[in-house]
Amino acid sequence: MSMNRKYDAIVIGGGHNGLTAAAYLARGGKKVLVLERRHVLGGAAVTEEIFPGFKFTVCSYVVSLLKPNIIRDLQLPRFGLELIPLESTFTPLEGDYLIRWADHDLTRRELYRHSPRDAEAYDRFGKTMSQIGMAVRPILNTIAPDPTKLGLSGTRSLMQLGRHFRSIGSDKFEQLTKLMTMSSADFLDEWFEFEPLKATMSASGIIGTFMGPRSPGSAYVMLHHYMGNIDGVFRAWGFQRGGTGAVSMAIARSAEHFGAEIMTEADVRKIIVGNGRATGVALENGDEFQADVVVSGLDPKRTFLNLVDASDLPDDFVQSVKNFRIRGSSGKVNLALDGLPDFTSLPGDGPHLGGAISISPDYDYIERAYDDAKHGSFSKRPYIDIVIPSVLDPDMAPPGKHVMSCFVQYAPYSITGGWDDGKREAFGDAVVNVLAQFAPNMKDIILHRQVLTPWDIEKKFGLTEGNIFHGELSLQQLFFLRPVVKWADYRTPVRKLYQCGSGTHPGGGITGAPGEMAAKKILKEWR
Amino acid sequence: MSISVQTQFTGATSLKVTPFHERTSVLNQSQEWRRWSGYLSATAYDLTHDIEYYSIRTKAALLDITPLHKYIIEGPDAEHFLDRLVTRNIRLCKVHQVMYTPWCDEDGKQIDDGTIQRLEENRFRLTSAEPNMEWLTQNSAGLEVDIFEDSTATASLALQGPNSRAILNSVADENIDSLKFFWLTDLRIGDIPVVISRTGYTGDLGYELWTSQDNALPLWDRLTEAGAQFGITHTGLHALDMARIEAALILLDVDYISAQHAAIDLRKSSPYELGLGWTVKLNKNNFIGKKALEEEHRNGPEWQLKGIEIEWEPLETLYRKVDLPPQLPGMAWRTSTPLYSGNEQAGYATSGCWSPILKKYIALAHLKTKYAREGTPVQFEVKVEHFRKTTPARVVKTPFYNPERKRSCP
Repeated sequence: MSMNRKYDAIVIGGGHNGLTAAAYLARGGKKVLVLERRHVLGGAAVTEEIFPGFKFTVCSYVVSLLKPNIIRDLQLPRFGLELIPLESTFTPLEGDYLIRWADHDLTRRELYRHSPRDAEAYDRFGKTMSQIGMAVRPILNTIAPDPTKLGLSGTRSLMQLGRHFRSIGSDKFEQLTKLMTMSSADFLDEWFEFEPLKATMSASGIIGTFMGPRSPGSAYVMLHHYMGNIDGVFRAWGFQRGGTGAVSMAIARSAEHFGAEIMTEADVRKIIVGNGRATGVALENGDEFQADVVVSGLDPKRTFLNLVDASDLPDDFVQSVKNFRIRGSSGKVNLALDGLPDFTSLPGDGPHLGGAISISPDYDYIERAYDDAKHGSFSKRPYIDIVIPSVLDPDMAPPGKHVMSCFVQYAPYSITGGWDDGKREAFGDAVVNVLAQFAPNMKDIILHRQVLTPWDIEKKFGLTEGNIFHGELSLQQLFFLRPVVKWADYRTPVRKLYQCGSGTHPGGGITGAPGEMAAKKILKEWR
Repeated sequence: MSISVQTQFTGATSLKVTPFHERTSVLNQSQEWRRWSGYLSATAYDLTHDIEYYSIRTKAALLDITPLHKYIIEGPDAEHFLDRLVTRNIRLCKVHQVMYTPWCDEDGKQIDDGTIQRLEENRFRLTSAEPNMEWLTQNSAGLEVDIFEDSTATASLALQGPNSRAILNSVADENIDSLKFFWLTDLRIGDIPVVISRTGYTGDLGYELWTSQDNALPLWDRLTEAGAQFGITHTGLHALDMARIEAALILLDVDYISAQHAAIDLRKSSPYELGLGWTVKLNKNNFIGKKALEEEHRNGPEWQLKGIEIEWEPLETLYRKVDLPPQLPGMAWRTSTPLYSGNEQAGYATSGCWSPILKKYIALAHLKTKYAREGTPVQFEVKVEHFRKTTPARVVKTPFYNPERKRSCP
């Protein structure tokens, strides 16, 4: 083994972005080693059999944002990428429900039942959001130009951007400005009137963020989630066969195909820096590996506050990293079920169970959930985004049984008195109680329950504060400001040390974009 | 779909309905049907066909394939007769084996293609896309062979997809783990005697079930019930059409025209021209069209049916010029589409689709032999906002999609 200890590049962290970076670097002809602390790959995009026979999408649970060019470049379908579209978005209500289908006519009829005005606005809204998505996407696909440092290439890309914005027209630009600054609630109020529709749509503006639907800036997070695209269809969400871990495995197999080495249970203790330049890494077990380039897929705080010696970094940089907002706001409850939930408002089995199920009856419900968190407690009645993967992919559970993934907000990292076993169980109970309010058979069908608090997510998956995006998607830390101004191009103050995680532009979600763009930057700079 | 289903629908049709119609007509949400050999055949049961498509590739799809033409051929000369009729060597077909084969006219031009199941030593079932009774009868003159129309007597279902084996194992009185690709077995599902062949039109793990029409509904119900926990999905022709293109399985009247119906000779194709050279066994005894095929084999075919892949980036660039993302075909198309090389027309594509599982835009194409080599670049004609453009494509290996599970046994 000592023979092979020198690499062109070492990637710290076998999450989906680290693996993507590794695959691109290996594809570029570099000798690459990926070091993953856990025994499984995937980071937060991981599938684990937590309860015998039941496969849980432990953290992330759906896919939409994975970039099509990455799918092509890394030949992911060949290595196991199989995305099955979600069928619907179902919002159970007291005595009624709202459901949006893949079929346009059904959705319009359903919306019309609640609000004829919304039924028509919905199509216009979809059109506007796809147009803005088309307009914004090129920005997400390039290193964010920094207007504060107008070098030659920066000026060029700013000019390209300017030309680009001119082409989208003033009405779209107005909508884009609103999306960048407003709260999702205010933005949606301009379009729609039916509360459950607005609340459910606004929910994608709070995911992974310590904000409520009425907090300014949440509209951008909504746009971020709108940027998804499967096969040319914007806002299409899919479930990976085998869970999101299978996405990571497809990327890992692609990386290996291109020649990368992947090592699990390899916990990096320290990035070795000499003369302001990264030269390798040291593991907790004492092993050391040398490399020309070190790439960290970890979040900025973990990378710079834990792995790099503070004396190797400029003070103002360290201060900026400390100021980087990465507040954990969500938890995850994964359930092994003996059968399917039976919703009072829409009883029985049916296609409404084959999509997203959103507990988001109105703005006040979500805003109150946020209020609990603001005051240091988990939401007594939280917002929950549910999928039942086993409906779409029966292999996730034994025949006739099911797994249910509940993304829950809010579960603040900074809970008063800290998280403990009692609070974890109480949080799990709160989730199950809300579910049981809409589907009374819930409590009878739970065979096993896995509750992950932000503390658990931090400890198990290494996400600082349990923040799923490696840092909030708020305007002051996006684009050329992510994670730190002047260091938004994947480079760091340490020469030959790069970042490739969700804490960099364009941010979180299973996009692969930070990993891809970091690798391309590294290959371009290779000397 | 369990939401506000209207049950008052009744329909009248002069077309034929299959023995499964009592179920399929209730399940077909859009009431959209395609004609298939004079039968009503569901295009999709759900309002969107993509769930059904994914069931073929990730779960299990149940399709009513009764409209297939079926013939029972039996008698002491049955093997001899079939061997003379088709291009494959039927003498090598063992009892319970199945062979896919085309058959040709005397000029070596293809009439039809289908499967031959050897049910017993002297008893076969032939499936075909079009009626062949006349052709069969005419060519059996003087032979000790009886040919029976089996199209209505036998009801047939296709159960295709990665979970199809598990579903059959859960209902059949025998385990089918050892049933190999292109073999068949007799067994019972409950009280129902069924022939199960490991065949299909999807290029995936899958089976076709053959039973008497009286057993059709109980068989459908049993499979539907037991298959629920394995994700069984009633699936129509739209999804099947995408799957068969991914598997590069040709379709009569779409990818080629039967030599018997072609109005002009130019429209006829030989097996060599249709990518079926591997089915032409020139070293076997005489068969219809052998002489012509021998000659074509010596000289090489003029045309070849190949897979092409339409490249993504140039297509995206074409659409970006009109501020649109690439407009992908949501369903398989069947319009003949020109392919160019420079100023010359290199050929034409006959069917294609966006492959959701491969994330590639693929098509089946007839190419002049000099353009048919793998990797050859061609220009594919595409209409972008009503204007004709061409965009790069290249000849690729088929099947486009070919999972290991198609042939493997556990």
